[in-house]
Amino acid sequence: MKHLTLWLTVLVLLLPTLGRAAGAGYGYPISGSYEATILGTPDELKPPLPKRIPLRDLVLEPLPDLKKPRVFFYDKGLYCTLAAQKKKAPLVFLVAGTGAGHRAARMVSLTRVLYQAGFHVIALSSPTHPNFIINASTSHVPGDLADDAADLYQVMHTAWEAVKDDIEVSDFRLAGYSLGGTQAAFVARLDEQRQLFNFSRVLMINPAVSLYDSVGRIEALLDNIPGGPRRIGAFFNRMLDRFVEFYQTGQFIELDDEFLYAIYRNRLVSQAEAGGLIGLTFRVNSAGMIFAADVMTGGGYIVPKNRVLATTDSLDDYFQVGVRLSFFQYFDEFFYPAMRARRPGLSREALIDSLSLRAIETSLRGNPKFAALINDDDFILSAADRDYLQDLFGERTRVYPRGGHLGNFEYTENMAAMVAFLGRIDATGGTER
Amino acid sequence: MKTTLLRAATLPAVLLLVVYLAGCAPTPPLRSYEEPPMHTLAEFDDEKIAHVDDPWERFNRRMYTFNYTLDQYLFLPVVDAYEFVTPKFVQTGVSNFFKNIGEICTLYNSVLQLRGKKAATTTGRFLINSTIGLAGLFDPATSMGLKRQNEDFGQTLGHWGVDTGPYLVLPALGPATLRGAGGIAVDTSVHIPLIDEVDLDSQVELGMDTVKGVDKRHDQSFRYYQSGYPFEYSVVRFVTRKKTELAVIK
Repeated sequence: MKHLTLWLTVLVLLLPTLGRAAGAGYGYPISGSYEATILGTPDELKPPLPKRIPLRDLVLEPLPDLKKPRVFFYDKGLYCTLAAQKKKAPLVFLVAGTGAGHRAARMVSLTRVLYQAGFHVIALSSPTHPNFIINASTSHVPGDLADDAADLYQVMHTAWEAVKDDIEVSDFRLAGYSLGGTQAAFVARLDEQRQLFNFSRVLMINPAVSLYDSVGRIEALLDNIPGGPRRIGAFFNRMLDRFVEFYQTGQFIELDDEFLYAIYRNRLVSQAEAGGLIGLTFRVNSAGMIFAADVMTGGGYIVPKNRVLATTDSLDDYFQVGVRLSFFQYFDEFFYPAMRARRPGLSREALIDSLSLRAIETSLRGNPKFAALINDDDFILSAADRDYLQDLFGERTRVYPRGGHLGNFEYTENMAAMVAFLGRIDATGGTER
Repeated sequence: MKTTLLRAATLPAVLLLVVYLAGCAPTPPLRSYEEPPMHTLAEFDDEKIAHVDDPWERFNRRMYTFNYTLDQYLFLPVVDAYEFVTPKFVQTGVSNFFKNIGEICTLYNSVLQLRGKKAATTTGRFLINSTIGLAGLFDPATSMGLKRQNEDFGQTLGHWGVDTGPYLVLPALGPATLRGAGGIAVDTSVHIPLIDEVDLDSQVELGMDTVKGVDKRHDQSFRYYQSGYPFEYSVVRFVTRKKTELAVIK
């Protein structure tokens, strides 16, 4: 009853947009791009799933002889999730988005949906997640799509070696969302050379076309907060105060989705602020990434060079600094120098160009094993990017009218489309799902 | 009786230990073999994000790590075994049972804060669940529209203006504040004579305590360091602090 009232209210609020959307026949209800990104999909509109799905943690050591600094003492190896069928089935590898781990909410949803549809699933953390940077990144500097794809490929190989005696696999498929979608394309290209898995289907969900452009668009969301990106601390505290005050006046007990939707219904957050919150979330993830990369490469960027951090040392200052560094700073001051050290003569422009699907266009264009699910209002893509993806894959690029960035990921229709594409019988007459 | 005294004395002893071991943990200055990093906090003119004063950080971080180890080698294996051998409905029943006893704590703290509505709701819940709910194994009160309230002595202190005090990670019990820890000590010392009233065999009492502890860990999905986020400690500290503040507002 509580949910029903909640949803009636939301629907009434959305009436003007719903009228427009009705023509498209697409039922995902949240119209604003930022709002959709923050709120995601309401529980009622997610596909029903069995509660008990046997998810098992795998702990891998893809880089032998790795020396880990003491501050990461809790890190026992690369963690990933396995959902195994009892019978022969295709195995899908999933790659998480920027900063996300293998057990992120979206990863678990997709793992469960695919398991229910009859697939084996191995879910992997993003190469930008600290656990991956520490255990699986050869350079310990994330961001290079070709390098990260090679690391991911090595991890998939290690994972497959660990489970191949326990599960029966008919063939291999691959999917990723956000940056993980872009990386999936690079992994698939590498696989065409090495032919270890011969992926028959590769699904990219809300991928970036150009990493540099997309992250730049996320960074730009911070330009519109009062004082701009250099005042994100003040912005965070002001938003927090406002939410606390709202909590105080309402009939809330738990800080849950209901509270979140109430903030939305009461229009407590402006467009610029909603965008700012997305940018801030990105920065919080990015701080963890920068710290892990800096410590693993000996420090000098935000941690003093040669410092041996103890488990009792405060890391607060590194957090505060990491959050305030923009992606462009990371790119110019840390990432590009690290790449140039390994590839002398590499120009900044050439590096940026290499971080794009356009750089591997020849292996993508018209290739029937690829498909993309994108949203018309996803702020990480430009209109030209959307056209490009449609041009690359034709009908296999599906454009949804709403959803922002990943907001409609768990919407029933979207998840059905993911399963449908990954499960389709491939051109060479491969196995059914 | 001896064991109960021992238990009642544990928390104050721990608090004393904290005061002894605690020391400030700011970022240490540069040592001779270290070079300054490219970026430091000094270059930014902005408010801190999610900042919480933490004068006992060194002790707290040590306890955080200690709790992780305790989880790895004791609590989680036991909880896993418990979840493996007992059917789901038994687990729910056990949780309900201990939460029902916990209503007494919410009740007297609601009274101490002069919150009549909360006290009434909680009394209603306790009566319904203890009778129709078969000694608390079921929770029919919630489906009758009586939502579970949540009060403890820490919140009572907060209600009457006692400051939250510094952030404090308690051994085994986890992230708290000094005021919250004091509250737990008081609530525990009220709870113990209450259980003694029932006059159980000391073996049974020990068994009850064990099941209660297992149920408590089973009930919390939090796992130390599971996020893999290097600043998890700071995030948990911030969330704990905010939750403590919000609980007093309500």
